[in-house]
Amino acid sequence: MIWHIKIDEILSSYKDRSDLIPILQRLQEKMGWLSTPVLQRIEEKTGLSGAEIFGVATFYAQFRFKPQGKNLIKVCHGTACHVSGVEKIEEALRQELAVKGDEPTDDGLFSLERIACLGCCALAPVIMINKKCYGKLEPNKIQKVIKDYK
Amino acid sequence: MEQYRANLLICAGTGCVASGSLKVKQALEEEIIKQNLQNEIKIVLTGCNGFCAQGPLMVVYPEGIFYQRLTPENIPFLVEEHFLKGRPVESLMYTPPAEKKVIPAMCDIPFFNLQVLRALRNRGLIDAEQIDEYIARDGYLGAAKALLEMTPEEIIQEMKDSGLRGRGGAGFPTGIKWEFCAKAKGEIKYILCNGDEGDPGAFMDRSVLEADPHAVLEGMVIGAKAIGAHQGYLYVRAEYPLAIERLEIAITQAREYGLLGKNILGSGFDFDLEIYQGAGAFVCGEETALMTSIEGKRGMPRPRPPFPAHKGLWQKPTVLNNVETLANIPQIILQGGKWYASLGTEKSKGTKVFALTGAINNIGLIEVPMGIPLRQIIYDIGGGIPNKRKFKAVQMGGPSGGCIPEALLDTPVDYESITQTGAIMGSGGMVVMDETTCMVGIAKFFLEFTQEESCGKCVPCRIGTKVMLDKLEDICAGKGQEGDIELLEDLAQDIKDASLCGLGQTAPNPVLTTIKYFRDEYEAHIKEKRCPAHSCLALLKFEVIPDLCKMCGVCAKDCPVEAIKWEKKQVAVIDKEKCIKCKTCITSCKFMAIE
Repeated sequence: MIWHIKIDEILSSYKDRSDLIPILQRLQEKMGWLSTPVLQRIEEKTGLSGAEIFGVATFYAQFRFKPQGKNLIKVCHGTACHVSGVEKIEEALRQELAVKGDEPTDDGLFSLERIACLGCCALAPVIMINKKCYGKLEPNKIQKVIKDYK
Repeated sequence: MEQYRANLLICAGTGCVASGSLKVKQALEEEIIKQNLQNEIKIVLTGCNGFCAQGPLMVVYPEGIFYQRLTPENIPFLVEEHFLKGRPVESLMYTPPAEKKVIPAMCDIPFFNLQVLRALRNRGLIDAEQIDEYIARDGYLGAAKALLEMTPEEIIQEMKDSGLRGRGGAGFPTGIKWEFCAKAKGEIKYILCNGDEGDPGAFMDRSVLEADPHAVLEGMVIGAKAIGAHQGYLYVRAEYPLAIERLEIAITQAREYGLLGKNILGSGFDFDLEIYQGAGAFVCGEETALMTSIEGKRGMPRPRPPFPAHKGLWQKPTVLNNVETLANIPQIILQGGKWYASLGTEKSKGTKVFALTGAINNIGLIEVPMGIPLRQIIYDIGGGIPNKRKFKAVQMGGPSGGCIPEALLDTPVDYESITQTGAIMGSGGMVVMDETTCMVGIAKFFLEFTQEESCGKCVPCRIGTKVMLDKLEDICAGKGQEGDIELLEDLAQDIKDASLCGLGQTAPNPVLTTIKYFRDEYEAHIKEKRCPAHSCLALLKFEVIPDLCKMCGVCAKDCPVEAIKWEKKQVAVIDKEKCIKCKTCITSCKFMAIE
């Protein structure tokens, strides 16, 4: 299977336990999320138990176990963003894109994720789409921001 | 080296990039070629300048003129006026809040001229992606001195003389930490850099890594020599892609120059570094949890002792230093511990970097001498509170810290004095709050965070924070009862006493300090079912307080559903049938007249 070849390439760099998290990160970057077959393949290739791998992966907020949209929107909920009203931004985003919880949109274009702090507090409230930051947002600016990704 | 008539330093920190500084740079390049000035004017991209709120920023040297809020559209005018006609453009310069006269030179702006730059000494001055520029500013001279002229004992003595204490928050003396590790038995030792800056409201480490990555690498080389380590790791959170990119470039360049790797500078000393990306767990900022995470496990703290200096990463002696701590080290070695200790208070030496954010005019990154009063930071450097609102509290130390009220604003910034208030120095987050922030709400906000981030190992932290959060939610929802405050205080003490690591031991601080200084707000929520900051939705009536209404009509204008009736010289009236409780009017009203 093609996806096996892709992930085996990444898995071949596994030497010891300390490579587990970097490997999970690279697999997620490649596949978008960590599916059960992918986790099983890690088990086969590394010799670690499934419980160990799943235990580590679920501990860290970065890892996802559901498919995500093509574009990942991270909404910052840090102190500065909280004080400057990021709740309203998230509400506007959810309404505009019709996303519920952490499910991707119906067209598969977007997923939304709440993040503890992006560290761009001067620009609060802030969101990050893929690797790009958008700051000083207001609910009525949301449409313009996401237009570029449609 | 070629000489240019003017150097244009454009800020390319995360903040300015998000505000569009790269587009400004492109527009400048095009315009400069169009005007045929490319041999006279040089454009340099720098790391974070610090005054993030005014971005995109550019400083023009030799004059040091500070331009702010640039857009590609105003570039042609700027180039023609300033660089062809020699007339700097006032309309793009900085004007202090509530004043009319612009301040052209960066060094005259209060935000900058009250700061003392040590950890951030290269910020906004060098291109972080060019090792030569760092070297030109005495870069790697400290490492050369440490490797070629000093013994490990001498390095450690210099660090002890400097009085430098860990900038991650706990404030443990760096020299003593190094000494413990240097004396520990073992062939293999490690030095780690903690860049897992997870405190909401803090971005000091990100800015240092983006603006001056080599300073951190150099600090690690010196530390490695002092303790006898040959391998180091930089643990940086994955949410900081630009910092990671710049670090990767810096490491590659340092290797090419022989400043990392085998036989550094011919000294016979080997040392190399790897970046380890954090996967998003706040608890990994705790030293033992961070090490467990590098080992590829769930990032849970371990009991101490044994301390990491004896048994750390893979059970080997290990030193973990914070980004800002490391950035200070090259200058301490170069200029001496006594030079560093000449600034600050008796027990807190040198400077501290703070991320100043929230309800304050000059949002940004600042570095100030230890001992400076909080009031000076907030009113002189920070420029006070915007929108004519009243100062209420400054939150220091993030989820492990607390809220400091107006009455304590003359507290000097040093480890002991800040701890006495019930807050902590922390890694340097400083979030200013005005009268519209509810103190019960802010305690709830931080507890939501620690609740979510508790690793689950200790019962008091895992379950205790959940019970406290439930209570706070009840209070904000108008379901608070007599005795809730006392229950919160009791629980807080238990959690502090019975948790293993810093996360649990400090998680109750935001609740304890808000109860200590703003007990009346808690009581108003519980007894009167009223939120004095007009912030908790469940307690809002959406009524205008006639005595406070100045009849300005702003609320009526801003209401999205036209639910507010207002006529000139009349108190506004809210139609509750039409009102959708969006709180727009409450935000708009400058007089706190809607409750």
